Amino acid sequence: MNVPLLQIRNLDVDYLTDGGAFRAVKNVSFDIGRGELFGLAGESGCGKSTIAYAITRLSKPPAWVAGGQILLDDQDLLKLPEAALQKVRWRRIGMVFQSAMNSLNPLMRVVAQFHDVLARHTGATKAQSRARAEEMFKLVGIPTSRLDDYPYQFSGGMRQRIVIAICLALQPELIIMDEPTTALDVVVQREILEQVIDLQRSHGFSVLFITHDLHLMAQLCHRVGVMLKGELVEVGDVRQVSRAPAHEYTRRLWGSIPQLPGHGAAA
Amino acid sequence: MNAQPSLTVDGAEALGESVVRLDRIQRSFGAVRALRGISLALKPGRALALVGESGCGKTTCARIIARMDEPTAGKMYFRGRDITHPGEKAAEAAYRRAMQMVFQDPFASLNPVFSIQHHLARPLKLHGHARNKAEEVQGVADLLTSVGLDPAVTAAKFPHELSGGQRQRVNIARALAVRPDVLVADEPTSMLDVSIRLGILELLSRIKRERQLALLYITHDIATAAHVAEEVIVMFAGQMVEWGDTRTVIRNARHPYTKLLLSAVPDPDRPFVPGDSARFLRHAEEVRRISRPASDTIEQVGPTHFIRALGA
Repeated sequence: MNVPLLQIRNLDVDYLTDGGAFRAVKNVSFDIGRGELFGLAGESGCGKSTIAYAITRLSKPPAWVAGGQILLDDQDLLKLPEAALQKVRWRRIGMVFQSAMNSLNPLMRVVAQFHDVLARHTGATKAQSRARAEEMFKLVGIPTSRLDDYPYQFSGGMRQRIVIAICLALQPELIIMDEPTTALDVVVQREILEQVIDLQRSHGFSVLFITHDLHLMAQLCHRVGVMLKGELVEVGDVRQVSRAPAHEYTRRLWGSIPQLPGHGAAA
Repeated sequence: MNAQPSLTVDGAEALGESVVRLDRIQRSFGAVRALRGISLALKPGRALALVGESGCGKTTCARIIARMDEPTAGKMYFRGRDITHPGEKAAEAAYRRAMQMVFQDPFASLNPVFSIQHHLARPLKLHGHARNKAEEVQGVADLLTSVGLDPAVTAAKFPHELSGGQRQRVNIARALAVRPDVLVADEPTSMLDVSIRLGILELLSRIKRERQLALLYITHDIATAAHVAEEVIVMFAGQMVEWGDTRTVIRNARHPYTKLLLSAVPDPDRPFVPGDSARFLRHAEEVRRISRPASDTIEQVGPTHFIRALGA
């Protein structure tokens, strides 16, 4: 592999509290290659979402990036002026959050929300936006006849797919997915993630997939990292981390997942 | 119809032994038929899982059992007495005491301005299980211990000082304070990390056994059902599509919808294959389409295993 698309180097993120700074992300380093699906797993509060926000510099006070580098094609996003950063967010790095389906504007038809994004980032005309939206709807398997519908007319799973479609419309190089299907049923979850896999293959973008579900991560990702209390305790190829976890915590995390009877007994 | 689900889910003795029994319960919201004939029996010391996707009717069913909603048709029994519609006050109060709920959101179901001690002492006092301060303190301590929390650490805390899993344990303790016969747990682990779900499921299993509670466990995650419930009902579009002994249903699923549900449980040994999504989407859509029509034909496929035949 040549130069990784994203390199995170010695990242520290603090939360400033009354009692002083609390270090939520401690000296974390990892790479995401071009076209790679990288998974970041850990329990609530381990710092995985804090990293997601730090990458696009969306950390809001009291969160504070205290040190390190976030290199996108060797360019440090942490040093970029705000104006230049606007060209990176969404355009080069897309984001899909757990509650993304609720981030659609309830008062706007879906096609208008595509236009909102495309006009701002690419200067597209209304006609161009509609054409692009039609293309994206086909890609995520929603009938184009529904472009003029409002968000409430779609199910949760469809709304999440629409958000992914809007994200993809800008052809980002990296998509950060923070628990994108946690609020959805297992069948819908699989429908969406299988699509993500296909789209990744056809479009070649990279994915940072953040989840607390190791099993799901193992189905989806090429390489994974496991976080514990702000530290990245293990990084490696998905098969190696799942079959022969090096860290005791990773082993425990694997053993704690409710499984169907008849599947490899919990360790 | 050749079999009655209420009898078949857990054998003919269900009639005598059940604490709560639903008989062909229906619920319609205008033209939407949310429940199209649900029959089940909750028995002491046993857990029944109701599994299905969002909108299948499982929560509507829980709301009817919890008296937050009334059925459009069908009968509901409490210890053999017809309680389909709220009757005289004393009987209604007795039922509400006997039935407690644990909700999905552990963060929204505790009042942020009160301590855990307050949350648990209140039902103890209201239901006459604590008559003075000393009994209150002891009662709260016992409750916290029984859900695996240390009273010395937890009682004085406020909800925001606890993790999601700890809060859910407090919610379970609060339900137990009333000394119920029936516990309805609606997605009690779906907002918790995967890694702490097992602990909560084991807790539910233990209190069910120790207190001879009749437990209704509602979930969209069929994998967790096996950890709690002896019996399972898989629901789709307001109908029971497959039910019976949990392990049998999971190992030997017969209904296409149950098979679809099982195939979607995350399995680390089956990585997603690029190029497969269109096929899976078509398949899922087809299964939903054929599973939706109403059907009255029930097929017995094993001693404790039933499926609903596909409707036309």
